[in-house]
Amino acid sequence: SYLIFFFSSFQQRIEIHKLRQGDNLILGFSIGGGIDQDPTQNPFSEDKTDKGIYVTRVTEGGPAEVAGLQIGDKIMQVNGWDMTMVTHDQARKRLTKRNEEVVRLLVTRQSLQKAVQQSMMS
Amino acid sequence: KIESLKVTVDFLKVPLGLKKPPLKEALAAVPGSGRAKPLGAERPKPRRSDTMDNEFDGGGGVGVGFWRGSGAAGRRPEVPGKGGRRSRPPSNLPFRPGQDDNWGETTTVVTGTSEHSISHDDITRITKDMEDSAHLDCSRHLGVSLAGALALLAFLTPLAFMLLPQLLWREELEPCGTPCEGLFISVAFKLLILLLGSWALFFRRPKAFFPRVFVFRALLMVLVFLLVVSYWLFYGVRILDSRDRNYQGLVQYAVSLVDALLFVHYLAVVLLELRQLQPQFTLKAVRSADGASRFYNVGHLRYGGPRGCCRAGFVRLGRLESWVERNLVKFSQGKWKVLLLGRNNPLQQGQGENSTNNSTGQSRAVIAAAARRRDNSHNEYYYEEAEHERRVRKRRARLVVAVEEAFTHIKRLQEDDQKNPREIMDPREAAQAIFASMARAMQKYLRTTKQQPYHTMESILQHLEFCITHDMTPKVRGRGGDGSRYLTAGPTIQYHKDRWLAKQWTLVSEEPVTNGLKDGVVFVLKRQDFSLVVSTKKIPFFKLSEEFVDPKSHKFVMRLQSETSV
Repeated sequence: SYLIFFFSSFQQRIEIHKLRQGDNLILGFSIGGGIDQDPTQNPFSEDKTDKGIYVTRVTEGGPAEVAGLQIGDKIMQVNGWDMTMVTHDQARKRLTKRNEEVVRLLVTRQSLQKAVQQSMMS
Repeated sequence: KIESLKVTVDFLKVPLGLKKPPLKEALAAVPGSGRAKPLGAERPKPRRSDTMDNEFDGGGGVGVGFWRGSGAAGRRPEVPGKGGRRSRPPSNLPFRPGQDDNWGETTTVVTGTSEHSISHDDITRITKDMEDSAHLDCSRHLGVSLAGALALLAFLTPLAFMLLPQLLWREELEPCGTPCEGLFISVAFKLLILLLGSWALFFRRPKAFFPRVFVFRALLMVLVFLLVVSYWLFYGVRILDSRDRNYQGLVQYAVSLVDALLFVHYLAVVLLELRQLQPQFTLKAVRSADGASRFYNVGHLRYGGPRGCCRAGFVRLGRLESWVERNLVKFSQGKWKVLLLGRNNPLQQGQGENSTNNSTGQSRAVIAAAARRRDNSHNEYYYEEAEHERRVRKRRARLVVAVEEAFTHIKRLQEDDQKNPREIMDPREAAQAIFASMARAMQKYLRTTKQQPYHTMESILQHLEFCITHDMTPKVRGRGGDGSRYLTAGPTIQYHKDRWLAKQWTLVSEEPVTNGLKDGVVFVLKRQDFSLVVSTKKIPFFKLSEEFVDPKSHKFVMRLQSETSV
């Protein structure tokens, strides 16, 4: 049960309120990865076989940055939808649903992971 | 022979207004000028083209006549060609290149219609101050007869070669035993083969009866002529003059001529038949009635050829133009009504000049209204069409059910069934009996699909009889038998006996019809009710190159990471 607690603490919940720009709702970050992509090209992943969705860029002052999303975060869930086994395009679609003003992401971060690992080791 | 030739009439595209040239020239010039521009150089060019134009007009006329003639009761009165079955005369000509083809064609253009064509030619010629048609007729006959004479000459030459020494200096000849006999037999059989081959090649009834420019036939005739002449020359000089005693050599000489003739025949087969088999052009035939189109591959054909294949296949899809028109009118009825309002306005009738003014004024307003409606007319059209479709399907379903049910009413009489003789029916009666129960459904269906005029009750009964006789299940009937004719509303014009006796088609084109097919040629095949617009496209030349791919070289990687901003 301790282990489970540690695993779950790798993750962080981030709530982003979308910004309306003209006809679009934008979140203010870029994603990369997906099961149809080449995982070895991912600069942010620890494990080079990880095909998950990663945050590759965060625009300054955008809703994502405000909400606390950081570059290199791996997105595990979006509004309850799993993002660890999706294609790139599916991920994009789940983030950019027109009728959703708020997206709640479940992300995990290497810095978080490292911190927990270090604490576990020590 | 000339008499019989005359009766079968016109050599359609022959020598344009030739005087009677001497035999040799005629052979070179006649077929040449008549059929091909390259040969026959002594004729002035502009004249030729003029006459050719004329001929084309005449050809058009002839074409019409042709078709009318050809259809009716396939008359081939005296096809001397068919005299392959007759014992002697023109029939056993092994080799009548130009004539034979014309035979096949001219015989089908029978006298009645060809007179029309002649008169047509007459008029055009007289107006253009060309030589009168009498000359033309003569020259045409001349061409045909010359070809025949040449063929006969070619056939008899080997025999003559062998017989003349016997007649002239029999005593001096060396006796020639077995080898000669062998050669005699081979000559006989080769001549027989030549005869049969020429009959097969030249005496067929061509599928498309159409006048053509016979370049190849002319070429072949010239070739044969040269061959025969040269053989005779050598014969005359070497053998007759010197009275050669070696009979065996002589017979071998004759045999070599026969071989050469056989090879020319082979050449004829290749030029006339094989060359056309390789597809060179694609013809796209578009039916004018409803726009349906089909593609055909043809070889190097003259205009005549494609028609044959085109027509035969395409006619099966034929629909009468009136049917389509009726449909079109139905769908655009909204518009039609609006436009008619102005004209049929009773107030205007009988007002003389005023009426026209009023009507124009009114129709302008009406057209304006129509224009406004036009914006919504596509909607209208769609709904009408959807409605029609639905109705057709409903009727069709009803018809199918009715048919199935009707067929359950009868069953085939088994051997041991005890039945009152009065109750036993033959297929015809059975058909009539069950027709009644599905008549109404069928009638409604046919009315909806506007196929009524094409299916008389008689034909329906015949079809039912056919189905019953052959024990076809109602489902089969629904699809294949009964159905395909009525339900699919498709090939309404099939090869009905009563409709297709007169296969009369007219070819309309801008280019001279005796030219060959080229890329981009468009011509129209007209029948009285609809027409096929045929356009030619050259089949492209495919340049294929080989490339070897090592199976081990198939390696894959994932795509590069793509980044999407959200």
